[in-house]
Amino acid sequence: MRMPTLEIRDLSVALPAGADRPHAVAHLSLSIRPGRTLCIVGESGSGKSVMATAVMGLLPKALRATAGEIWLEGESLLDAKPARLRALRGKSMGMVFQEPMTALNPVMTCGDQIDELLREHTPWSAAERKTEILRVLKRVHLKDPERIMRSYAHQLSGGQRQRIVIAMAVILKPALLICDEPTTALDVTTQKEILSLIAELQREQGSAVLFITHDMGVVADIADDVLVMHRGACVELGPRNEVLLHPQADYTRMLLDAVPSMTPPPPRVIAPGPARLRAESVDKTYVSRDWMGRAHLTPALQAASLELLGGETVGIVGESGSGKSTFARCLMRLIDPTGGAIHWADDEVATKSEAQLRPLRHRVQVVFQDPNRSLNPRRTVGQSLVEGAINFGASDAQAQALAEHLIERVRLPREALKRYPSQFSGGQRQRIAIARALACKPEVLVADEAVSALDVSVQAQILDLLRDIQQELGLGLLFITHDLRVAAQLCDRVIVMQHGRIVEQGPTQSLYANPTQTYTQHLLASAPGHAR
Amino acid sequence: MRTLQRLWANGAFQFGASVLALVLAMSVLAPVLGTVDPAVMDYNNINRTAGFEGTFTLVDGTELAHRFWLGTDNFGRDLYSRVIYGARVSLLVAACTAALALLLGSLIGMLAGYFRVADQLLMRVMDGLMAIPAILLAIALVAALGASIATVVVAIAIPEVPRVSRLVRSLVLTLREEPFVEAARALATPTPVILTRHILPNALAPLLVQGTFVAASAVLLEAILSFLGLGLPAEIPTWGNIMAEGRTQFSQYPGNVLYPALFLVPTVLAFNLLGDGLRDVLDPKFSKR
Repeated sequence: MRMPTLEIRDLSVALPAGADRPHAVAHLSLSIRPGRTLCIVGESGSGKSVMATAVMGLLPKALRATAGEIWLEGESLLDAKPARLRALRGKSMGMVFQEPMTALNPVMTCGDQIDELLREHTPWSAAERKTEILRVLKRVHLKDPERIMRSYAHQLSGGQRQRIVIAMAVILKPALLICDEPTTALDVTTQKEILSLIAELQREQGSAVLFITHDMGVVADIADDVLVMHRGACVELGPRNEVLLHPQADYTRMLLDAVPSMTPPPPRVIAPGPARLRAESVDKTYVSRDWMGRAHLTPALQAASLELLGGETVGIVGESGSGKSTFARCLMRLIDPTGGAIHWADDEVATKSEAQLRPLRHRVQVVFQDPNRSLNPRRTVGQSLVEGAINFGASDAQAQALAEHLIERVRLPREALKRYPSQFSGGQRQRIAIARALACKPEVLVADEAVSALDVSVQAQILDLLRDIQQELGLGLLFITHDLRVAAQLCDRVIVMQHGRIVEQGPTQSLYANPTQTYTQHLLASAPGHAR
Repeated sequence: MRTLQRLWANGAFQFGASVLALVLAMSVLAPVLGTVDPAVMDYNNINRTAGFEGTFTLVDGTELAHRFWLGTDNFGRDLYSRVIYGARVSLLVAACTAALALLLGSLIGMLAGYFRVADQLLMRVMDGLMAIPAILLAIALVAALGASIATVVVAIAIPEVPRVSRLVRSLVLTLREEPFVEAARALATPTPVILTRHILPNALAPLLVQGTFVAASAVLLEAILSFLGLGLPAEIPTWGNIMAEGRTQFSQYPGNVLYPALFLVPTVLAFNLLGDGLRDVLDPKFSKR
């Protein structure tokens, strides 16, 4: 058996005093042999990224490795001088981060950035470097590498940018490739391509890969071995199939159970009734003018129609830029549609002014994606909850009583009303946002990626809560998501969008089983972990 | 509460706040700090040197044993009393100017940031104002309105309004896209309430920082206006007009200019450091370092 490329023995990284636990990483040991992929899975705050930055020698000043050893190809990294670490980064370990836009320098062309790396680490001439850059860009399947070399990061798509970052990480054929959530910011179809690219390069170069992710589907697709982390400690470590199919630890089992299945449950029976929300061929076109005043039209949404009954859940799925959020925001009248008709119950609202809309606004409420930004940080939870009810004419006492009822309904203690949003976790804040929406007694609840920023276990709780509330109040639920698994479990009907148009729609079960459009088939096949 | 603790842990804030607290205490307690009426001229005590001990004759003829800590000017007025009382005007002008500039600037900035139609009109007016040098605008305003504390404050505040309104406008443009503001719209919250309840409080931290810089430049600008003879009349002592009057005999009695400057410089520095400290702590971009 060959020597492991990376070996970590009993590593502990201390958190500053006053944190929720003493160690970001506690007594962690692992090893990766050449050509193997170790996936580190864990929820946010589990210490997986801290562990990776410790390997790279990039720990923030506040954190310090207090015990243990890190060995890269027989060299101790914790004892290495900063200059030596700098030499190792790039040459012996390559790094791919989550957000390719911030990993690239926006004022340098991509070619110059790769060139800088080569100048630093190799004695090659300019011509040799250029040949090598073109070779690697071609290798990561970028078309027209000459043009890519001259491009700036903002001129490329997210997938192209991530390919550049990968090219930089692998160009010096490092023994270890560290990938920290490299596909989390990407669409599923792009994610699939990037994952297969990483696997392909690994086979070719024989590198060891340390792959950090929160997505069990990704783990199933690429891991050889899996390490599950929870609160800084290793919960379970073993070969992929052992961990995924026969998990030993309760925590691993809980994580796996929380991942929604791609197989939709049997359809529910929706009582027929009047539509709570109806849209007929809604368009939204953005107009920008150049210096001569000529209009340039960008159609963001074209001829989108929808009907939502009480008690029904309709999902809108699509990748970024598909127009699903634009559609939802038109339906809520947060933006003005360019054309088409929108009905909230019996009232046509597409052309109403803000003042005319205000008395009707309680009918359609919204829960947004980012729990950090969906509540005003300067107002207490109680103040946020009573706002809607008071706007619609409730007295202070009535609104207060309603807020107390709702906060308990979303399973938070009554004392929560007196606290500020910053004192709650992401999942708790999403509960508060749901309570705020319910305070207006809506008929339709729009959830715009409402669970996308949450860990799977929290996500499952929020989905349960939404289901319960819908059943109790007979709400129409419009669920916008990029996550096909969540849509499969929650939605009665699914609408697939691409390039601002509705591509396909139908009952969830039949759409998932027999997609008729190529794009839908492609989208479903790209869902991580779909193969097993 | 934790914000206050973090602020106090910041060296720049600590220094700035301490110096300003000292200057404020000095100006409030001026009557009990061994001062005499700063406007009274005693012809027996013209151009005394610093530290001279003698008697000071008030208007009604009463004589007081008095130590002239900083000497007197060429009209026989006690310089120490004038400088201490002068702090009152400087701080008052600084506070009022900052408040007025922030108030007008926030109002204009919020309207411009939230309403597209108002944006074009208001911001072009602000651009126009910015093209006029602040000191010229202030001189013109004081000349037109006459010199009093209120007009000096207005004259200094107006040139600052465009800067504040640009800042507020840019903050509003970002904040209006925040999900909690959109949620408030979906809750049918009226626009004025959205602006005052959801947008303004979240723009407060950078505004506060900007306010301290406005205050610092107000202290300076007031001194410059007084120095140019456009500020307050001599019976209301300000650091600027003490220096202006001392200028004529600067070569023989440099103290008349230097002593007020010794107070003016640390005060302006303290305002700026206070602002730096506030920004370091309140601005998330800096606080992580």
